[in-house]
Amino acid sequence: MQLDDLYRRVIMDHYKNPRNRGTLNEEAVTVNLNNPTCGDRITLQLELQDGKVQQARFTGEGCSISLSSASMMTDAVRGKTLDEALGLADKFSSLMKGDEVEFVEYEDLEALAGVKKFPARIKCATLAWNALRKGIEAKS
Amino acid sequence: MNAREIRELFPILRQEINGHPLVYLDSAASSQKPQSVIETVKHYYEWDNANVHRGVHTLGSRATDAYEGSREKVARFINAANTEEIIFTRGSTTALNLVASSYARSVCQEGDEIVISKMEHHSNLIPWQQAAKATGATLKYIPLQPDGTIRLEDAEQTITSRTKVVSVVYASNVLGVINPIKEITAIAHRNGAVMVVDGAQSTPHLKVDVRDLDCDFYAFSGHKMCGPTGIGVLYGKKALLEKMEPIEFGGEMIDFVDWQDSTWKDLPYKFEGGTPIIAAAVGLGAAIDFLEDIGLDEIDRHEKQLAAYAYDRLSEINDVTIYGPREGRVGLVTFNIGDIHPHDVATVLDTEGIAIRAGHHCCQPLMRWLEVSSTARASFYLYNTEEDVDRLVSSLLKTKEFFGHAIG
Repeated sequence: MQLDDLYRRVIMDHYKNPRNRGTLNEEAVTVNLNNPTCGDRITLQLELQDGKVQQARFTGEGCSISLSSASMMTDAVRGKTLDEALGLADKFSSLMKGDEVEFVEYEDLEALAGVKKFPARIKCATLAWNALRKGIEAKS
Repeated sequence: MNAREIRELFPILRQEINGHPLVYLDSAASSQKPQSVIETVKHYYEWDNANVHRGVHTLGSRATDAYEGSREKVARFINAANTEEIIFTRGSTTALNLVASSYARSVCQEGDEIVISKMEHHSNLIPWQQAAKATGATLKYIPLQPDGTIRLEDAEQTITSRTKVVSVVYASNVLGVINPIKEITAIAHRNGAVMVVDGAQSTPHLKVDVRDLDCDFYAFSGHKMCGPTGIGVLYGKKALLEKMEPIEFGGEMIDFVDWQDSTWKDLPYKFEGGTPIIAAAVGLGAAIDFLEDIGLDEIDRHEKQLAAYAYDRLSEINDVTIYGPREGRVGLVTFNIGDIHPHDVATVLDTEGIAIRAGHHCCQPLMRWLEVSSTARASFYLYNTEEDVDRLVSSLLKTKEFFGHAIG
């Protein structure tokens, strides 16, 4: 088991320079989610208008995997319809289960494929995606 | 004692993890088991297994003798006055819940107080939170000093004549600090309160004498002291246990059952409803034999040495924060290293064959007090050596370098 399998350059880049870190205005859908086994937490805000994710931003504390996953997720779903966003969440779940998945529109996500070899860390990677699902479900 | 020789008695420690010899530094979560405990449990199932307290047949008698033999060992191990004061439970959590549900809920009323400390594990916090909510009692916390210790003046201040129950951990699973239980017990008693002790992290590591402490209840788990999972103990003073109502009802705990009413067996059986965890109890007896063979004082001395060595070696690493005092601690060191998340630290260490714990350690309020979301923890036991600490330190340096380059 190599460290580089898990900590790919692209993951470290999102960890070091998170995209969409911050808050949106009060009208945005807000989801607070934590990972009770480790104390990681995320606050995800979604601007959902005209059936699309116009913007997504997050704040929170977590490890490199959970924060880089949140950074990628918020980037990947921008401009997507709610169904497309949920579709991406499903694809990400498949990736964590070990399926061969391609993210044509947002290749960075494929870097997280290495997480599947570290079962204890899968919950870190899926935290932001679970928050996304919760936010979209709350709206619809 | 020779930790290197003791290590050989634990089969699980002989393996490699991710291409490196295993260094197990997570005994505070659950200790490993020596061959003798594994063999005892195996022998029980291969030769003596039957239900207890009811068999007229030979196996029933053997199983009962083995189960009750363990109870006698436990009573002697913590110096209880008699075996009626030893109740087998699933672990510390169940034991503490029993006191909170049966004792605290029957004695507490609105205006009364339950006092615990700010360093409690969730298992010695939530049962009291729930008991306070159910009875209208107030849950109060003994504050901590900046180094994580309890000052007796603060205990004096927090515990009042309205306090009915005080419950404090003997040794903290995060700070490592060993609390002045005997003195806090005296304060509780002066105020007419009963004293409950969470002994999950102390019983495996130092000599416990419940009569010397004079505490009213004492809870601990078998799996942290070389015994099997699923077995724990509640010690309680006989006079208190006799007055308490059971919280689980069914077979094994009854005396006489009629259509509308029933009566309970005598102590300790009225608190042991259902078929008990016989094999694990027998295994716990073997664990006690194993620990007593080596000597608790020897184990305590070894771990304190190791903790001090680890504290000093970790302190040499730049950007390492260690939580809790250097002195007066059990064998564990909780720390953070720069901005690197404990999860990432634990994952890097795992790739080097080193097992540590990362997270909130079931102490979310204490994490809030420490102003961190999580921490890393290395915990030691009788099979750990200074070489294990050296491996930890060199892997932490590697972690730092790896993330230093990655994060910049």
